[in-house]
Amino acid sequence: MADIVLEHVTKRFPDGALAVNDFSMNIADGEFVILVGPSGCGKSTTLNMIAGLEDITEGELRIGGKVVNNMAPKDRDIAMVFQSYALYPHMTVRENMGFALKLAKTQQAVIDEKVNEAARILDLTQHLDRKPANLSGGQRQRVAMGRAIVRDPAAFLMDEPLSNLDAKLRVQTRTEVSRLQRRLGTTMVYVTHDQTEAMTLGDRLAVMRAGVLQQAGTPKELYDSPDNLFVAGFIGSPAMNFMGAAVEDDTLRTSIGAIPLSPALRQTLEQSKVGRDVIVGIRPENFEDVALVPPDQRSQGITFRATIEVVESMGSDVFVYFTQESDLSAKVEQLADLAADAGRDAGSQDETVTARLGTETRIREGDNAELWADTRALHVFDPQSGINLTKEIAP
Amino acid sequence: MAAVTTTARQKAGWTTANLVVIALALIPVLWLVSLSFKTPTAVVDPSFLPKQWTWSNYFGSTGILRTSQFIRPLINSIGIGLIATLIAVVLASMAAYAIARLQFPGKGVLIGMALLIAMFPQISLVTPMFSIERAIGLFNTWPGLIIPYVAFGLPLGIYTLSAFFREIPWELEKAAKVDGATPFQAFTKVIAPLAAPGMVTTAILVFLFCWNEFLFAISLTSTIASRTAPASIAYFSGSSQFTVPTGPIAAAAVVITIPIIIFVVFFQRRIVAGLTSGAVKG
Repeated sequence: MADIVLEHVTKRFPDGALAVNDFSMNIADGEFVILVGPSGCGKSTTLNMIAGLEDITEGELRIGGKVVNNMAPKDRDIAMVFQSYALYPHMTVRENMGFALKLAKTQQAVIDEKVNEAARILDLTQHLDRKPANLSGGQRQRVAMGRAIVRDPAAFLMDEPLSNLDAKLRVQTRTEVSRLQRRLGTTMVYVTHDQTEAMTLGDRLAVMRAGVLQQAGTPKELYDSPDNLFVAGFIGSPAMNFMGAAVEDDTLRTSIGAIPLSPALRQTLEQSKVGRDVIVGIRPENFEDVALVPPDQRSQGITFRATIEVVESMGSDVFVYFTQESDLSAKVEQLADLAADAGRDAGSQDETVTARLGTETRIREGDNAELWADTRALHVFDPQSGINLTKEIAP
Repeated sequence: MAAVTTTARQKAGWTTANLVVIALALIPVLWLVSLSFKTPTAVVDPSFLPKQWTWSNYFGSTGILRTSQFIRPLINSIGIGLIATLIAVVLASMAAYAIARLQFPGKGVLIGMALLIAMFPQISLVTPMFSIERAIGLFNTWPGLIIPYVAFGLPLGIYTLSAFFREIPWELEKAAKVDGATPFQAFTKVIAPLAAPGMVTTAILVFLFCWNEFLFAISLTSTIASRTAPASIAYFSGSSQFTVPTGPIAAAAVVITIPIIIFVVFFQRRIVAGLTSGAVKG
């Protein structure tokens, strides 16, 4: 067991592409850290650098206090689970799991004991003498985990280990991974592009975009006080709604109405010299059907009318979608990135808003409904840099 | 895509076409077999099947399997073929692995050179090689044939094997590295076993090339000390100066065809079957 320290780690590929730029992070011993970001953000490259499968161009990587920049993977005492599992097809499950120990010239009796123990934990005992080709997807995934466990390494590295499983099995395995990590108490670095997986699994998340670490923190920190537009849009499902806004005297003019500025927010905006145009973000869960808001709370937000286009009832929640016409554009590079990642079109002038309402709502598709937005939970972003101006004064 | 339906007519057409091709390929072989069982006096007999069957061309007093004029070249063929194949496959697997996996300066040149050697007309090399081998004492020795066979077997091997290596998921190798394998261990314990069907295929192809090779065999040898079986046939003599050794030639041709048939029959499935299934999600 060991801590992992990345200091100003940079990866530049021979063709000049900058995959990871000045990445710094301290991963404590026994911590479960998730690297998350859209595809191509450099999270897998970072993991490969920790594993020793990619050279580090600049910076320093320490595992358990030792600088390992130039150490071969085999000397770093780490185990890795690959997205494709990378099981050796010519070996049985037993041989697959014992391969690393065999290479380390461990005694056969010790290997057998450790493999049997890992197989028992992972419920693979009856499959030990089968070849990977004859196993189901979930079983293969467990073999890949088992291969990592028997090593009893300083750290586990996982490269999207669940993305080849079907949705139901993924949720089930997710809890297993989490339980396993708690039980073993081994440092784990886990890469995923799925923010739900990231939020549910990790002690701490590191959100990456285009090779740059955007923000690291606990799931709650990232959710409540994102550093910038990208993190705000990436974390949370459904994603935060972004709207163009204009600062006018004591209010923020947006497509859902004028939002009064609190003194603290007003002061922050004046100090930051962002100018008149800003971007506001409101999470879907900060909207509500006015009829469901107790009258004494209504004053803490604003009410507005919108024509509801789609109503999705999930049983536990109701999602409604509506579009507001806006003359204030919220087009920022970071938003375009997010939109591209979610397969949406960022070019449209109109703002589509998602709101999560209570299940008792009577709103139907096509209604011109009255909605309430909790403006205490408002985020205001600088449209140029994307920085969250409300981070310090968040509730 | 519409489902492909075979009508009876199409079936009949294909069957006829296949039969014609098979007949064209097999009739000369069968004729050769028949010829090898005819008595020396009956070789001019135009009938397809021998009127009188005899083993004398194989085991008779002048039969090919009784004379060192053929036995020794047969041993040469097997020995030279196996050694050349072994060297070529080992070298080719390393080269192919490098080509399939690594980026290194001069990679394009290496591939180009391999292709160039494969394309080079061998006849243009025979004379200089004859002179070189004579000068350095390799003429009429096993190494004198093994070296050119390895040289010409390598491009073939590199091309087939690099295709096989490319099929092997790279993550397996990364997994082996993380599991603590040195690059050499990763190659021998993970990559090579998975590429085994490819290696067998390559070995068979290279061996068949060596086995069938005639031009170098006849040009770079002078006695049965290193002459290979196909070349030795050209030196067969009849029982008298005026008889053509048709029977022994046919018998020898049959003998050198047998290993090829065995290879094809026994290794066909092995060549086709891949070991990589189940390595990754599938």
